[in-house]
Parts: sequence; structure tokens; C-alpha cells
Amino acid sequence: MATYTLKVRRYQPESGEGPYWEEFNVDLDPSLSVLDGILQVKDRDDGSLSVRCSCRAAICGSCGMKINGQSGLGCKTQIGEAQELADKRASVGNGSTEGNVIVVEPMGNMPVIKDLITDMESTHWEKIRRVTPWLLPHGDPPEREYVVEPESMIDITQSMACIQCGACVSSCLSMEADPDFIGPAALAKAYRFVGDPRDAETKERLHDLAEDPHGIYDCTHCFSCIDACPKGVAPMDQIMRLRRKAGEEGIEDPHNGHNHEAAFVKIIETKGTLDEALLQQESYAPGVKGKLKPTKGAIEGLGKSLPTVLRAIRSGKARSLSKLIPGVHPKLPGDAQDEVKAIYKHAEEHREEFNIYIHGEDDVEPEPDEPTAAILADEAKAAAETKGES
Amino acid sequence: MSNGQIKVAYWPGCVSRGFTSELHGSMAFTAEKLGIELVELDRANCCGAGVIAEHNQELADTLNARTFALAQQTGLAMMNICSTCQGAQSECQQRLDADSSYRAHINEVLSGQGLSYEKGKDGFTNKNFLWLLVEDYGLDRLAEKVTRPLSGLRVGPFYGCYVVRPKERLGYDEYPERDLYLEKVIEALGGEVVEYDGARKCCGFPVITMNRDTSLRQAGTHVGDALDAGADCLVTPCPLCHLNLDMQQPEAAKVVNRDLGLAVLHLPQLVGLALGAEPKQLGMSKHIASTKWVEERLASVPA
Repeated sequence: MATYTLKVRRYQPESGEGPYWEEFNVDLDPSLSVLDGILQVKDRDDGSLSVRCSCRAAICGSCGMKINGQSGLGCKTQIGEAQELADKRASVGNGSTEGNVIVVEPMGNMPVIKDLITDMESTHWEKIRRVTPWLLPHGDPPEREYVVEPESMIDITQSMACIQCGACVSSCLSMEADPDFIGPAALAKAYRFVGDPRDAETKERLHDLAEDPHGIYDCTHCFSCIDACPKGVAPMDQIMRLRRKAGEEGIEDPHNGHNHEAAFVKIIETKGTLDEALLQQESYAPGVKGKLKPTKGAIEGLGKSLPTVLRAIRSGKARSLSKLIPGVHPKLPGDAQDEVKAIYKHAEEHREEFNIYIHGEDDVEPEPDEPTAAILADEAKAAAETKGES
Repeated sequence: MSNGQIKVAYWPGCVSRGFTSELHGSMAFTAEKLGIELVELDRANCCGAGVIAEHNQELADTLNARTFALAQQTGLAMMNICSTCQGAQSECQQRLDADSSYRAHINEVLSGQGLSYEKGKDGFTNKNFLWLLVEDYGLDRLAEKVTRPLSGLRVGPFYGCYVVRPKERLGYDEYPERDLYLEKVIEALGGEVVEYDGARKCCGFPVITMNRDTSLRQAGTHVGDALDAGADCLVTPCPLCHLNLDMQQPEAAKVVNRDLGLAVLHLPQLVGLALGAEPKQLGMSKHIASTKWVEERLASVPA
């Protein structure tokens, strides 16, 4: 048993006052959760402290919150660990401005209703509905249920593990700058249907998500959602898979997302390292067609980057030919470029996607209660083999 | 931590030799002052920056396996100077290390080039200069090398997402304080740490082409927050963050609709200044946001 100080962001709208901070001391075993601490405060000190919770076992997804600035579940964060993080932060600089207390706040990127309770409806659920989160099969429904090969569903088990807690939405740094971004939870949900073999509108879904200016190409690759997710869904990875599938479908979005990716991939094949000038040019105006008939977006994009280019020339940052003229950038020395090309040939033939969530790690002993997806994968593989033999 | 000579297989990355060539230059200068020998991997290829992985994961994994294999041929530990290289390469390395049959598949094509990536060979590691500086070089040893303490210089750390998240992939189990190293280095150099909201947030660079407004809003907000907190400059181990925070700073100022004007230093530049280098030797004149204020602050403390 130890004593911890929780510094809680409070908001009681009926009081007519704005948000404020309040500190509470709690006495708990370090292995108990931050949520247990909050419930002790509610029980002992202040019954008006408001928090959403139900299962207390990281299943229901109700108690999303920020603990020391990190989005996650109150019930899945041990109070002892939260204290260690607070101590660690306080150890540098002039000490944290917060001191050694555990800071608890409502989730970010959502309006606060009261204390730690946020309005999930106006952000999280609205975005979830945005991606048409139900199956769109074609043809007459089967007489009984839809039957699928278990193996064909493994690919989406990771996105199906989502419990809709909103922690990823709370942590999303793209959404912080662009509230219209569809966001990590909804895009992970979108992949759950894009990857579902029963769905018949995969291509339409991909077009929709790629062409929305706040869709898959609006993710800034910050990994916040991966660290926030209590269930290992890794929403950012699902967004990257949506981009991969959109690329495979040849979908050209109006925001240069696909062009940028295609240009980058091509440049490394031919030069080995990045030709920044060429990437800029080809992202906006790809190939001969892009230059002869530039789109409105291309002219605007290149026009807006002109002042930056001029400043870079003036400062001496971009005064060499290879930085100024697209394509002048040198190849790798000797036969190194041929080696890179050989890698491209091999990898573009196979296009293997190795997902640790599904396959597990062969050199690591699995935790007894964790690798459900890995077991699922093995079972499905065994089932498929048995079927093949019969 | 060692007192002996440190010698590393050095992967400078693309941007450090492109639009932020002052980073590559200042790293060479600072490494020599510190006594770190750099064996440059001049045949190695781009890490893919996450973009190649979004096109074809196997391609990104194989390209980085090639770089690791080239580093392993030298028998040395590998060092990079770019948060994005670190993150993209760690992601591929995690997959390569997870499964021997996948590794064998990737090595198929490398073997034709006399290369092979072997998990854990000679204790293989790939560390950003920031990690190497704290974990292998040592902060005490760094502090001893300081000839011009950065006294009174108020420095805001800016990490870059790719060395901060995801924690499980980036070795935080073994090194839980990796997201505090910039603060520790600033203190070891005699500077003052400035706390502000954006230190571990995203600079916005990855979406500059796709969503310019979102991208520049991120950069402008962080620079503005650091200014409000009283920073004289920012320091970053990531050249891509530098592009958005420094090169795009005048454009970011327009998006957030306020005056900015905050110097952004590369990590080897900040270290180099404390080791007595002149700003010009570190390429600071190539920056877009003026570094003059930093120079004036330091001029009061003779080298």
C-alpha cells in the first residue's frame, strides 16, 4: 500500500465555472489501477467526481482518459507505473511543472461533458459512422449465414480487436491540427470492412477514403494511436494498409498522396537515395502527362512551395544543381544501384506482408493469455490443411 | 558506457545530405571533436521513411535489411542521425527479427549480393546519435568535453515522433528514458531546458504535400509554444522535423497567423557549439530562421 497524489482536471458545468485542477491523495497497492484511485476519491472524498466506467478489465472501453498526458484506459494503467512515469518526467529540467503527481485529464480531441466524461458522440461515433461500418454484400443474401474460410478473416482480426474506447482519437496529432480528419479509430474500422471477403464494395470504399481531403492521406504518421491503443489494433498500421490497397487499385487522389508515394518509390529504385527536387516535382506533376496538363492542385501546390524554394536558394541551403534541378541527384556508387534494383524485382514479385500481431514472434515465448490472434492463425492454417487433404 | 574510442558504421540518411546538408557537415565536425570515428555506409540506400513500406512492406524490409547487412560487414554498431531513419529502420528490423523464415526469405535476394542480415550478430544495434551519445558515449564524458558551456541558453527539445513512439518497438523497455535524453544532453552542455507542449508531438512534415495547412499548423503551433515558453532555440535529432520547423517556418507563421522567428538547431550543431565550434563551421548560416540570437547569447560566454 502506498499513497499517491492524483491531480485531476475537473469541470462541473452546473457550477457555471470553467475547468480547474484539483489534487486528491489515495492509498492503494501499486498494482491497482488509476481508475481504482479515481473510484477511491469518489468514495472517500468527493462523490461528484465524474468518470465513465464499467468492466474495470479493459474489455468495455468506457474509461478512456489521459494519464500523464498519455491516452489510454484508466483500468489498464497501474497506479504504480503511472507514478514511475510522473517521477521520471520530474527528474529532468527544473522538474516537471506538475511535480511528482499523477496527472489525470479527460480524453483529447473531444468536448468535455463533465470532469473525465467526454462527448464521444460528436467526434468518435460520428467519424465511425462516416466510414459505413457495416457489410455491403452484393446479390441475394444466402439462406443461412454467410460462410467464409476462417483463413480469409485472419487479416482483419487486428482491426476487429477494437473496443471503441476512443483512446486513439484522444491521442491523434493530425486531428489536433485538423479536427475533420476521419481519424485512427474510424479508419481502422474501415479496414475491417475493406479486408472482409464478404464485402462487395471494397473499391468504392477505397475511393471514398482516398479522395476525402481528410481521409487516409491526412495521417501524419506520428504513431500516437499505436501507443494509445489498449488492444494492439495499431490503427496507423491499418491506415497504411488502406493506402497500400488504394495504391494497388491505382486510385489517384486529388491531394497527391498516391503520386507522392509512387514518386518516392520510383526515385529510390533509380537513385538509391532521395532526390528531393524530383520528389517535389513528381508528387505534384507526375510524368509527361502531369507536366503537359498540370492539374489545378499541382499549379497551386508548386506555386505555394515557390517562396520556400527561393528562401532555400538565398540561404545557400539549395544552391547546388542536384538540389535545384530534378533528376541531377547522383545514383549509388558502383554496382550498388543494381543491387537496389534487384531488391525491387524480388520484393515487387512477392509483396509479402508480415504482421507480428498475427504471426507472433518465433524467438519469443508467447505470454499465456495474450496471443489469441496467433492461435487463431495456427488453427485456421491447420483447418485449411486438413481441408486440403480430405 | 565506454571510455575508449567509439567507432560506428554511419548511415547519414538522405535529407542530411540534401536540404539539410549542414547536418551531415556538423555531424562530421562534432564526431571528430568527441572522438567518435564514423565509417560511412556510402553504398547504403534510403530507409524508405515509411513511404516505401506503405507501398510494399517487403520492399522496405529488404532495403533496410541490405543496409543492416552492409553495417554488419563492418563488424561495427550502426549509427544514424535522423529520427525518421531510426523509426523506419526499427520497424523493419522488428519484423526481420521476429521470424526466422521471414528473415530467410528476405536474405534470399541479399545472398546474391554477398550480403546477409543476421539477427543479433555481434550484438548488432542501430542507434540514433542521441541514443549513442547518452548510452554509449556517456553524459559525464560529454560534459567533460564542453569548452563553452551553453550557460543561459534556453533550449526547447524537439524529438521527432520516430524516436519516441511506439515505445515497445523502440527499446523503451530497456532504455525507459529515451524520451528524456534531449533534456539530459541540453543540461550536460550547460544549457537550460525549456518545457513546452510540442516537444514530443509531430512537426507535420509527412503531410506537407498532401495537406499543407494541417502540416504547417502543427509546425507553427509548436514553434509558437516554444517562443511563448521563452525558448532561445529548439534542438532536434530529426532533419525532416528541421525542414518543417526551420525551412517552412515563414510559411508556418502565415498559417498560425503570428510572428515566429526561432532558431532550430540540429543536435550535432548544439553539441558542436558547446565543444567550441563557431556557428559557421556548423553550417548555421544555411538555416532559414536566423540563428543570430543564439550566437549573441553565446558570445557573452567566451569559448
